[in-house]
Amino acid sequence: MSKHRISLKVNGRLHELEVEANKTLLRLLREDLGLTGTKCACERGDCGLCTVWLDGKPVKSCLVLAVEADGHEITTIEGLARDGKLTPVQQKFVEHGAVQCGFCTPGMIMVAEAFLRENPNPTEEEVKEALGGVLCRCTGYRQIIDAVLDAAKEMRKAST
Amino acid sequence: MPEYSYVGKEVPRLDAVEKVTGAALYTADLKFQGLLYARLLKSPYAHAKIVRIDTSKAERLPGVHAVLTGEEIPYRFGIYMSDKYMLAYKKTRYVGEPVVAVAAESEELAEEAAELIEVEYEELPAVFDPREALKEGAPLVHEGLDEYLHAPFIFPKAGTNIANHFKLRKGDVEKGFKEADVIVENEFTQPMVQNVQMEPHVSIGQWHPNGRIDVWTSAQSPFAVRYLLSVGLGVPLHRITVRVPFLGGGFGGKAGLHWEPLVVLLSRKAGGRPVKLLMTREEEFNTAAVRQGMYARIKTGVKRDGRITAEEILYIWDSGAYADYAVNIARAAGYSCTGPYDVPNVKCDSLTVYTNHPYGTAYRGFGHVEFHWATERQMDLVAREIGMDPLEFRLKNAALPGKVTPTGEVLADDCGRVDQCLKAVAEELGWGKPREKRTENGKLQGIGIAALWKAPAMPSYTSSSAIVKLNEDGTVLLSLGLTEMGQGTETAFAQMVAQELKIPLEKVNVVRERNTDTAPYSWQTVASRGTFMDGNAVLRAVDDLKRKIKETASDLLGYPPESIAIADGYAFVAREPDKRVSLAQIATCGVLPDGRGVRGPLLGYGYYTAEGLTFLDPETGQGRPALMWTFGAQGAEVEVDPETGDLRILKVATALDLGKALNPLLVKGQIYGGVVQGLGTTVMEEFIFDEKGRLLNNNLTDYKIFRTQDIPDKFVPILIENPQRNAPYGARGIGEHPTIGIAAAVANAIYDATGVDFFDLPITRERLWKGLKGVKK
Ligand code: FES
Ligand code: FES
Repeated sequence: MSKHRISLKVNGRLHELEVEANKTLLRLLREDLGLTGTKCACERGDCGLCTVWLDGKPVKSCLVLAVEADGHEITTIEGLARDGKLTPVQQKFVEHGAVQCGFCTPGMIMVAEAFLRENPNPTEEEVKEALGGVLCRCTGYRQIIDAVLDAAKEMRKAST
Repeated sequence: MPEYSYVGKEVPRLDAVEKVTGAALYTADLKFQGLLYARLLKSPYAHAKIVRIDTSKAERLPGVHAVLTGEEIPYRFGIYMSDKYMLAYKKTRYVGEPVVAVAAESEELAEEAAELIEVEYEELPAVFDPREALKEGAPLVHEGLDEYLHAPFIFPKAGTNIANHFKLRKGDVEKGFKEADVIVENEFTQPMVQNVQMEPHVSIGQWHPNGRIDVWTSAQSPFAVRYLLSVGLGVPLHRITVRVPFLGGGFGGKAGLHWEPLVVLLSRKAGGRPVKLLMTREEEFNTAAVRQGMYARIKTGVKRDGRITAEEILYIWDSGAYADYAVNIARAAGYSCTGPYDVPNVKCDSLTVYTNHPYGTAYRGFGHVEFHWATERQMDLVAREIGMDPLEFRLKNAALPGKVTPTGEVLADDCGRVDQCLKAVAEELGWGKPREKRTENGKLQGIGIAALWKAPAMPSYTSSSAIVKLNEDGTVLLSLGLTEMGQGTETAFAQMVAQELKIPLEKVNVVRERNTDTAPYSWQTVASRGTFMDGNAVLRAVDDLKRKIKETASDLLGYPPESIAIADGYAFVAREPDKRVSLAQIATCGVLPDGRGVRGPLLGYGYYTAEGLTFLDPETGQGRPALMWTFGAQGAEVEVDPETGDLRILKVATALDLGKALNPLLVKGQIYGGVVQGLGTTVMEEFIFDEKGRLLNNNLTDYKIFRTQDIPDKFVPILIENPQRNAPYGARGIGEHPTIGIAAAVANAIYDATGVDFFDLPITRERLWKGLKGVKK
């Protein structure tokens, strides 16, 4: 397999790496950079658990090749909380019981955070639509949706 | 002094922050020196003799460290029925069964090696329908059934495909049917489905050259894994250590033993390097365990006044190729067979049957989701036949305290109340009130109800234990054998410990990893038994710790232990609270004024063993199988589009008599999640096989589970609290129960809306449309 040199920023830190042409961004993050917060449950784009941000936009990292991330900026779940302070979405997930086994949680949060940036005042239907690409087998989604709606409220309060 | 009342409060889970920050480590996240990766070569045939395997090319591939075939590891494993080989032995029994395993330096290499292996098969006639498998002359899935070890309460029939025949005989059904005014008989089915935990099965095994074995695994029950490994491999138990880090969902599918022996055996062959097997999603469907399919036939005799006089029940379980767990599912469904009703005369046969499908295992509800589909549909159908309201009919026959269960147990006065659950749900649905069935835009609306019950399905003699350790800073560390797979028991237990010791919740920590070397024993994390059994163990451990704290404090304060109280981080003389010592001060030992140390580091230990349970009579099923019953009821309000067959779930109400909600936030989470899993089974989930037994929908594109957009518009959890005296704070288990009544409640509601009856799950949009249009299936 041919190797390629790439450089990318992950959670604000610059990395220069040699990667195989067929390596996915998901595997790069988990295996080479040790960022195991990003989860894998299908490796074919069905579950959304591997969602990270590429230049601030959510992508399923199992569908992105590492070489495609060359020159881009990646944010993973590990890059959200600063100095131990949770983001409003993370905080609301904790409070609302939106976490059970936690395996879907990183993907859910990455999607929810990005969505609330685009749509700070969503309806319940819009939240459901936005999270529709991330699967969770434990929670029945109810408390996740409540957490996202509540986080939106919190963030609106903070920005006024 | 603060209150320290935590039990019953909506406390966020203890591990939530680790999980929302991505810091929580699951088995697949762990790093190992010299790790090898395993891949599997799987059977393309449902039933085939293995004629020849040539692994030479794979073995020559650089970077390949071990290639294993079934011939080399003829060990059988299992918890209730030791029938499971790690690699197909002499023949394959389902499509997707592992035939050869490879361990190599990378996954890709292992995959490449697997592709170089040549296997010659001789196809054998296969059997897929469990009813066919029961017939004389059907292909035998296990010829050697009589040689298999099994639990004493399992009854296989050698020379047939019957892995277990559970029989229940209560009263006299002949007489009961004679007394009946009306007899109603129906058949119901449910296909195989999968647990679909988001975390696929993953195990890492290392068989060290000195004979020690280390396992890290996504298992619900580390002690069961250790025990079953030891028995299956013939290795002394003390040489095995099993560790379970964070677990990404289980729902029964990670109970007992899975692929742990295989990685361990690969490691032995690879000279002791650690080997990891991480199932792909496709393998989760094709190769890993699934929920067995079910066929049910129920004949009910009833008086015109609504009293059920007799019931004859047949449950046939499609356990697939192996029945390790399915045998006990047939038993559990068998002894609970009527649902939560008082039926004087019952005959039930519940049969676990081998076929050439993927193999069955536990899945949230343990047979109860499946059989309640049949019994709670039947309740509606019988009520209709005698012209009685289905709610009234259920209430009339409800298994109330004092009534007798199918196994002859007289329900205790504190057993919980199904009638209260039914009434609460009915009220929520507006039962009996006039309703408009047709909406303005031509949709059809209806409501349906179902009752449910379930006791922990387990051997009669399981036990649990817990340890609480007082730290030098006055905090407490709780150590459990029960695992945390998302259900939240750890948090509920920490609440109990904090409340009992009257210390802030922040001062209670729970050991995260489960390690069989250091954790106290717990049988398994299954059956909704944790809250009750391990909860009782935790309370006893706290009592033990308190006793020891008081002893040390007594030595230091010069008052008898009985006069000492504990609160706020201190042990003090109850009547003179300023005579006190802090818990931190006495954690390692007490120090007398002259400098002498007394007593020592403080540790509380407690255990709980299931009380009063017995084996059931092999011929009649009579005896005591249930540690406790959790009763409940569920109701659905649905809307059907008569043109398209679209179904919208407007509301699902779930009432459970859980005795005490230790943490309502977590209880609600269990209810929402359980309801949605139950709905998946009801309307969309199903294994679809071709005529050769090949699974056609082995991925999450073709096998859909509920997404955010699919959930009910409204969930109504109703927590009914009739405490159980021997339970911690009165609390019963509810982990599985919210999945159990959903399917029937929805189908009953669909009938109410449309007048169309369903007997087979799932009620997909297509089936619903066909039903509406009167198209035969
Ligand atoms: S792992 Fe990427 S979508 Fe499932
Ligand atoms: S919390 Fe377990 S998959 Fe979502």
